[in-house]
Amino acid sequence: MTEKSFPSPYDQAPAAGAEDWKDLYAYNLVFQENRREVEEAKFWFCDSQHWPTVTKPFETIGFEFAVSCLGQYNTRHLLIPPANGIEFRIHNGYLFMSPVGVPESEIAARVPEFMARAGHYFQNWETLLEQWQGKIRGTIDELDALSFEALPDRVDINDVTSGKGTGPNNDLLAQYDALIALTYRAWQYHFEFLNLGYVAYLDFFSFCKEVFPGIPDQAVAKMVQGVDMELFRPDDELKKLAKLAVELGLTGLFGDTANPEQTLSGIEAATAGAEWMAAWNEAKDPWFNFTVGNGFYAHDKYWIDHLELPLGYISDYIGRLQAGQNIDRPVAELVAERDRITEEYSELLTPEQLAAFTGKLGLARQVYPYVENHNFYIEHWTMGIFWRKARQLSAMLQEQGFWPDADGMFFLRREEVREALFDYVTGWAVGAPAIGPSYWPEQIERRRAIVDALQSERPQPALNTPPAVITEPFTLMLWGITSDQIKNWLGDSDAPEGEFRGMAASSGVAEGPARVISSSDQLSEVQEGDILVAPVTAPSWGPIFGKIRATVTDIGGMMSHAAIVCREYGMPAVTGTGTASSQIVTGQWLRVDGNNGTVTIVEDHSGEGHRHDLGLAADASSQLAQSLDGPILEGSHA
Amino acid sequence: MTSTPYIQFFDGADEPRHDLLGGKCASLVALTQAGMPVPPGFAITTASYDAFIAAAGIQADIHVLLADLDADDVAEVDRVSAQLRFEIESRPVPAEVRADFVAAYHALQARFSEPVPVAVRSSATAEDLPDASFAGQQDTYLWLNGIEDVTEHIRRCWASLFTSRAITYRLKNNIPNEGLSMAVAVQKMVNARAAGVAITMDPTTGDRSKIVMEASYGLGELVVSGLVTPDNITVDKIMLMVVKRVIGDKHAELVPDPANRALVELEVSAARRGVLSISETEITAIAAIAKKAEKHFKCPQDIEWALDGDLPDGQNLLLLQSRPETVHSSSGSDTRTDAAGPAPTAGYGIESITRSLLVQAGKSTD
Repeated sequence: MTEKSFPSPYDQAPAAGAEDWKDLYAYNLVFQENRREVEEAKFWFCDSQHWPTVTKPFETIGFEFAVSCLGQYNTRHLLIPPANGIEFRIHNGYLFMSPVGVPESEIAARVPEFMARAGHYFQNWETLLEQWQGKIRGTIDELDALSFEALPDRVDINDVTSGKGTGPNNDLLAQYDALIALTYRAWQYHFEFLNLGYVAYLDFFSFCKEVFPGIPDQAVAKMVQGVDMELFRPDDELKKLAKLAVELGLTGLFGDTANPEQTLSGIEAATAGAEWMAAWNEAKDPWFNFTVGNGFYAHDKYWIDHLELPLGYISDYIGRLQAGQNIDRPVAELVAERDRITEEYSELLTPEQLAAFTGKLGLARQVYPYVENHNFYIEHWTMGIFWRKARQLSAMLQEQGFWPDADGMFFLRREEVREALFDYVTGWAVGAPAIGPSYWPEQIERRRAIVDALQSERPQPALNTPPAVITEPFTLMLWGITSDQIKNWLGDSDAPEGEFRGMAASSGVAEGPARVISSSDQLSEVQEGDILVAPVTAPSWGPIFGKIRATVTDIGGMMSHAAIVCREYGMPAVTGTGTASSQIVTGQWLRVDGNNGTVTIVEDHSGEGHRHDLGLAADASSQLAQSLDGPILEGSHA
Repeated sequence: MTSTPYIQFFDGADEPRHDLLGGKCASLVALTQAGMPVPPGFAITTASYDAFIAAAGIQADIHVLLADLDADDVAEVDRVSAQLRFEIESRPVPAEVRADFVAAYHALQARFSEPVPVAVRSSATAEDLPDASFAGQQDTYLWLNGIEDVTEHIRRCWASLFTSRAITYRLKNNIPNEGLSMAVAVQKMVNARAAGVAITMDPTTGDRSKIVMEASYGLGELVVSGLVTPDNITVDKIMLMVVKRVIGDKHAELVPDPANRALVELEVSAARRGVLSISETEITAIAAIAKKAEKHFKCPQDIEWALDGDLPDGQNLLLLQSRPETVHSSSGSDTRTDAAGPAPTAGYGIESITRSLLVQAGKSTD
């Protein structure tokens, strides 16, 4: 048991230039001065897995909706006996979380409620999930129909003559309200099944730990995990398009993928180009609703908005096909391995144990695809549309003079956006200029400077005194916050110099040169045979996983995307090392042992690449600026 | 090299016959035939012993001397033992047995670019010797060079049938002396950089999803006889992933002293004591071999292994022995679940999910 503590949020000064940072956020999101005693009594961990960079005021919508909906399902819908939701606060621009337990005396009363509610979902999983598909697709369609246009000089004559009785300003405000409400709805759907998926997984996990004490977490993951997930579909579509380009003899047309319009018109004009274009267009919707970020930041790039991204990946795949490489995931081997593992453990069980094992595994396998696939529907598809619409609104108000830059709106809280919008429609209505253009530019400039200042410092991994043991199931499962992890953060790790310990997330051992990537914009630097080292990875980095030999991340557990994708590709991964990406330098020779969760700097093999990247690393602010443009994110489970 | 009635190579084609090879050699043949990396060598079969005893003309002496022996008369047992062992160790080996042995010895040596030392070990049949399956109780002679040296030790192995302990054991258990025989293993000496044992289950819990290994520097004798505290490593048998490692003190190692053609016990430096004696890759390789042996023999195994310092990485793991693990496998069925009441996670569905959530949160309903 450790006596050590993390700092109190009340004793941590913000970065220079960020003194007024609390104004940027709603009152309920920050640690209020007069609540010191209450807040210091709780243990807070930083969720840098989902929010690795400072969130701008508008972007708080991501965690406000996600984390409150997660809690809502535990606390109010399912009445999970020992676990309520997770409280969250912004501190110095970063997100901190604290799980809320259920008082001992109330647990028993929740048991029958939970069994009736959760039991119903498990019994009717497939039917309810089909219904879910309809609900989320409907919500996506409604979101997609929203549009934020500047108001016309005069109301359309037909609206007058038809006696409509309301103006386009009314519709504009309603559209904004709908944007927020539909997104909130989507996040409710997100957690309708997710917590149950984790609960069933946890049940199988606990059983395995009981009958096979010390069984590697990875064994449990491998037995449950599917191999044919919708989350892998976007990447699979790119591979199909690459193969089709080879088959149709179009490979010469992918020379300048940075210019998608020209590339696509070149293909269109080519013989057999029409067939490829038909396949491309079919794949695009919905599968290119896929972000290289994680869906929580306004600047996240989505393939469908940046066609140079999928085209670049396709071009990479074409190159590898031409070099005679196999670009497919080893699906048959993965299935065979999964069956072998399951069978070998099964053989060791008594008949009663085997019945429980088979039943629990069956349920876990049934519910698990949702745990992966929802990510495509919400974080990628829904949020892709949400941010596109939000950018459209920001750009429209920029044209109206509210702010000088297209992204200005994201420095306003969402309630302030509603105020600004009302200011705009009021100005339009009364025929006098709105006030916003003389108010917001200065505000935004000040706020932007604060965000930049906050961004110059990394968050503490946690705040206040940790509990002796972490028992809360969701903290363990979703965030991988274990007692050992906390020990690591407190600097109590016993790893020798030049070695990093983390979670043995995907088995195998590999050696190679490190490639430290702190932003998705750097993905093009990844070379064949590199070992990817990153704070976190996003599922949409899929196309580079075919090139690399192993993955090392600072953050994430057995169920993080780096772990899942590496198991899919059959390559080693060590996740949750804490600090590997800030201590390892591109070019260093690494040995990644995915069986034991260790990463070792073997020796310095670095040549030219090393010098180049040392320069980058030295210029921390440039790197940070870069990560503001395109942060590394992780497709979240939460 | 062909096997003869007197000699059988481990990698020969003949079925391992227990009566001809004794337990140890039969196991080495079976392991070799199963594709395990057993150090090369051959068995001097029980037919060699029988021919030797017949030619030496001491069969009658043996019967007479042992006939009316009182197991409790320690002095008399010691006297008879000394006489019989002297007789065996001083008689010549019959020419035809010797010729086959010499040919086999040369054939073994011919596999290497320079002469290699060998180990000679007794391989008893069935119940002839006490604790036949207990490691370290049988005679083992290490680091032998040349025909004469080896021959002398083969006779010593034969003579070990008549140690005081063996004689007393047979008398007390009414095991007849008729048909008493012994095979001997002659095997390339392993120049162990590290060695140890591995059991294809967790002997402390009976958990069969684990492989527990002990490892230390040098030859395995110090581990087997419990004279050092070895590294103790638990590996998940299915995933071949390490789940627990405990670094042992390993204060001493037994290593060859070529000048004296003997083994010497050296102190291990503090730096080497403080780290695992084998690498992660080696751990995985040892676990894989143990698992393979279990699969082949269809029951939990207790293996002895060594990493040969003379061989390149990837080919240096050798399997010295594999025996059925008897302590736990014979103790009956699984004992994990018969504690009071059903296990918290028994069954499946919502009831078990609820229970495991409560257990996970430390709020067991029990």
